[in-house]
Amino acid sequence: LAHGGGGKAMKDLIDDVFISAFAGAAPEVLEDQARFDLTMLATHGDRLAFTTDSFVVDPLFFPGGDIGKLAVYGTVNDLAVGGAKPLYLSCAVVIEEGMQVETLRRIALSMAEAVREAGVSIVTGDTKVVQRGACDKIFITTTGIGVIRPGLELGIDHVTPGDAILVNGLLGDHGAAILCARGDMELETSIESDCAALHGLIEVLLAAAPGTRCIRDATRGGVATVLNEIANASGVSIEIDEALTPLREEVRGFCEILGLDPLYLANEGKIVVVVPPEESAAALAALSGHALGQGSSIIGHAVRGEAGRVTMQTVFGGRRIVDMLVGEQLPRIC
Amino acid sequence: MNTLLCVPRTDPAETVEIRVRGRVQGVGFRPTVWRIARKLGLDGDVLNDSEGVLIRLRGAVSAVSALIDELRTSPPPLAEITAIETRGYGGTIEPGFVIVDSVVGAARTEISPDAAMCDACAAEITDPFLSRFRYPFTNCTHCGPRLSIVRAVPYDRATTTMAPFPLCEACGTEYRDPADRRFHAEATACHVCGPKARLIRFDGRALSFEQYSMLDDVDAALGLIQKGEIVAIKALGGYQLACDATRPEAVAMLRERKRRDAKPFALMARDVDVIRRYATVSDEEAAALTSREAPIVLLAADGPEKLPEAIAPGLGTLGFMLPSTPLHLLLLRRMTRPVVMTSGNLSDEPQVIDDAEAAKKLSEIAAYALIHNRDIANRIDDSVVRRMGGKLRVLRRARGYAPASIALPYGFEQAPEILAYGAELKSTFCLVKDGHAVLSQHQGDLEDALTYDDYRNNLGLYRDLFDHRPVALAADLHPEYLSAKLARATAAAENLPLLEIQHHHAHAAACLAENGRTLHAAPVLAIVLDGLGYGSDGAIWGGEFLLADYRRFERLGTFKPVAMPGGAQAVREPWRNLYAQLMAEMGFAALKMNFEDLAVFAALSVKPLATVDAMIKASLNSPKASSCGRLFDAVAAVVELCFDRQAYEGEAAARLEAIVSARTLGEEGDHLAYPLPIPNLKGSGLPYIEPLGMWNAVLGDLILKTPASVISARFHKGLAKSIAAMTLKLARRDEDDAPPRFDTVALSGGCFQNKVVFEQVVGRLEALGFKVLTHSLVPANDGSIAFGQAAIAAAHLIDAGHARQKAS
Ligand SMILES: [Fe+3]
Ligand SMILES: [Mg+2]
Ligand SMILES: [Zn+2]
Ligand SMILES: [Zn+2]
Repeated sequence: LAHGGGGKAMKDLIDDVFISAFAGAAPEVLEDQARFDLTMLATHGDRLAFTTDSFVVDPLFFPGGDIGKLAVYGTVNDLAVGGAKPLYLSCAVVIEEGMQVETLRRIALSMAEAVREAGVSIVTGDTKVVQRGACDKIFITTTGIGVIRPGLELGIDHVTPGDAILVNGLLGDHGAAILCARGDMELETSIESDCAALHGLIEVLLAAAPGTRCIRDATRGGVATVLNEIANASGVSIEIDEALTPLREEVRGFCEILGLDPLYLANEGKIVVVVPPEESAAALAALSGHALGQGSSIIGHAVRGEAGRVTMQTVFGGRRIVDMLVGEQLPRIC
Repeated sequence: MNTLLCVPRTDPAETVEIRVRGRVQGVGFRPTVWRIARKLGLDGDVLNDSEGVLIRLRGAVSAVSALIDELRTSPPPLAEITAIETRGYGGTIEPGFVIVDSVVGAARTEISPDAAMCDACAAEITDPFLSRFRYPFTNCTHCGPRLSIVRAVPYDRATTTMAPFPLCEACGTEYRDPADRRFHAEATACHVCGPKARLIRFDGRALSFEQYSMLDDVDAALGLIQKGEIVAIKALGGYQLACDATRPEAVAMLRERKRRDAKPFALMARDVDVIRRYATVSDEEAAALTSREAPIVLLAADGPEKLPEAIAPGLGTLGFMLPSTPLHLLLLRRMTRPVVMTSGNLSDEPQVIDDAEAAKKLSEIAAYALIHNRDIANRIDDSVVRRMGGKLRVLRRARGYAPASIALPYGFEQAPEILAYGAELKSTFCLVKDGHAVLSQHQGDLEDALTYDDYRNNLGLYRDLFDHRPVALAADLHPEYLSAKLARATAAAENLPLLEIQHHHAHAAACLAENGRTLHAAPVLAIVLDGLGYGSDGAIWGGEFLLADYRRFERLGTFKPVAMPGGAQAVREPWRNLYAQLMAEMGFAALKMNFEDLAVFAALSVKPLATVDAMIKASLNSPKASSCGRLFDAVAAVVELCFDRQAYEGEAAARLEAIVSARTLGEEGDHLAYPLPIPNLKGSGLPYIEPLGMWNAVLGDLILKTPASVISARFHKGLAKSIAAMTLKLARRDEDDAPPRFDTVALSGGCFQNKVVFEQVVGRLEALGFKVLTHSLVPANDGSIAFGQAAIAAAHLIDAGHARQKAS
């Protein structure tokens, strides 16, 4: 691919790759803006949810997914964890000069498939090709619009002592899969990214546990970071139990070798859910009954105590502080 | 005849007010003044107030100075006077001398450490004709619990865990009599009114007849220990677990149930004679054992008798202490063998202080518990000291030492109040007040939630106890230390300036300050042999040569930076360091070609080496560290001591030290010590200690089947030799006749807890003519980081014109 400012090559690129991939999803895609009928939106709820995220990942393709899927699911999930029904996405792509058209096509097709599967549409977009070195292969930015139904008020500051904390399955798969795929870790693993669109699961959950306090997707920084954000925002302590924290044996072994804490590994299909104690059983059953909730678990509780403090009962019997990291995992031992 | 009349008429009289500062309350200070004043025929009074003790006197000038002299030369045993100020007094003074009751809330000075039982109390509890015979909570103003029972200020019975025990008539009489040893002894008690000890079964069942003793429950507990049982004991600063140290099966059972693989167990013996059967005890070590601090003393385990290996696996030392509370004294009275007396906890948790917690956790370990009904307010571990280089060195500063203050050197008198948050693993914090530093007790690894709670609670308690209002906070530079994070949050919340201090600079300053190096003294070369610390360039440092004073430092030399594959995991698993060290020198192919027959090669081959290679190549969680401690780990691994995993921090280095061949160390020529030359780093040009030649020599020795004890000795010697060479190189200036850059060297960092390294380095540096400063009052390890931070922060604040402000 050669870079250029809106010339013929550019137009061909968009037509060839993206339009054809997204064809049929939304006819207005070539206009400068997408247009929505407000009355149609209002049938879904009373508030608009609006989110944007940029996706950069190395490598672009990894076991269980690729950057295109991430870009769709990531934004869909950001809408869904707020309780919104995701409807429309935009997609802006920055491509490094020299990228293979074939690679681009694979990504576009993967996005199209993800969009179809998630039941949303990409309604507008933009593409730029930049000089070699000005970006790393491809950067994708997606923006999403969804609608929140009346009465639903999720918020990470809504948690009170006694609330149960759940996750919808095995943790750290995405982070581990990416690290394995990147460079040559010489590890024979079958770990695949868990990337998935979670709005279906969340819908089931909210139906079973209408009192749900909040939902967060445990992406970068992992479950540990999400728990700290919740504890800080709600002014509670959170106690989790290592024995109840679902972890794939391979991920455990992988973390052991690399010296990483799986609680800080990224997930792309896992949510942290906080529900009042009386709804914990129903929430667990709802999550577990869904294909994307296999291995769901109540990993701990919010408790009265120092605001923002997260601790984990270890399998050795102690209770360890699970802190928000300022930077990377750095040894604290002297 | 009245003594006053003996004074010559020419000796004029005067009326003065004397202010005594320091740790002078709750230690029998007022009755001492009362006794001396009456002896000298002085009129006046004495009282406690917010600044210490205030004495008003009228009498002969010579008598007044005699009183001051006597206070200086023979103060009450637990007192620590920091200043005596005398000035004229214009008020009237009634004839006679009286002790004035303190105004409640006004008395607020230093609280003393818990002190071992005094001889007078020991005599009382062993005399069947006295009322406190076998009373396990006997104490007086000269001894007994202090910090461990304090809940709040001011220090009096109502604010301690003795509050639920109102004094009986007899105790009350002693308490009110200025002539009595128990005058205002806040924790005094007796069989009638005080706490009671009780032997229980954790399962709640009744004790059977054979578990009883004719004496009392304390003695019955010993009976169980003698029979091979593990007994939990509610001691002074926390629960302990005891068993007969001479029974291998009891020791093994304790290890298994406590889930403690290899960390050495502390021992307690009735008296020094029992200890001497297992260890050599010098006069100085005996004095430490019997001191009122009563620490655990690490002793060479070379006595005529041996204890089971499981007491201190792979180590050549035993950690012994003597009974320091009446409960322990009575417990061990009939015991002629040593007893394991380890902290009551599971694995790495802090020791239990709460009864309900004990019933929950310790019941998995011990069937019986010797408990009592006085709460433990503050968790305090046993302290540890070791004699190295002819002097006692504190390695863990807790019971008996904290919260005693340490005088800061000349120049620091005007330091404002500062709070320093310390490090992470051997956490302590430090308050600066009135030209003194108050270093908290050792608390342990902050990542443990209970330890972190202790740390926070103690910060609050100390700030209250010492009426401390910091004008600035100090903390480590490390972005992830929980102590530093708390300091940052506190500085923001209280709107206080925060000084972030480089780890090894703090090590250096701690050594300078405890050696009285004055504020404006010339910089010294600080040799900090350490594990890991966050460097001012964002890299991980660990073996550093810093030209340092209290204000700044310049990094003059270092150790070779080598990757730590897996970060902290590389500390836990020494083979990772070994592999990274070897790979930094030669490829695996070269290693295989030359050393394939070695056992250590086979051991490495089964590890996930390809992954480790990839991690290092991708610098994925494999930070480079210029650590000295990691070099010890790697050498321990190459001789297959502690290859797979360290069971506790510093295990590899401790075991490596333990096997050092004394003959090789003492008799073999220096030329056989392993070579560690000093080239310059590419880029920075910094001179560094290069282990390449050493690794070749070690592997060569392994091929020759050289014993590990010889390899260890050659490594220790080679390292010390290289450190001395580095020091000499750094001291020299380019011009021939220029004076050296420094004439004094300060040694700090955890690796200096290793006796061989310590003595080798000190010996070589002194032989080269350097003055060598070393730690003794505070630990060489991270336990003194807070102290060093405090000194550095104080120096900066004094420079910035932050003179001390009187608290209103
Ligand atoms: Fe250190
Ligand atoms: Mg937090
Ligand atoms: Zn006494
Ligand atoms: Zn009494």
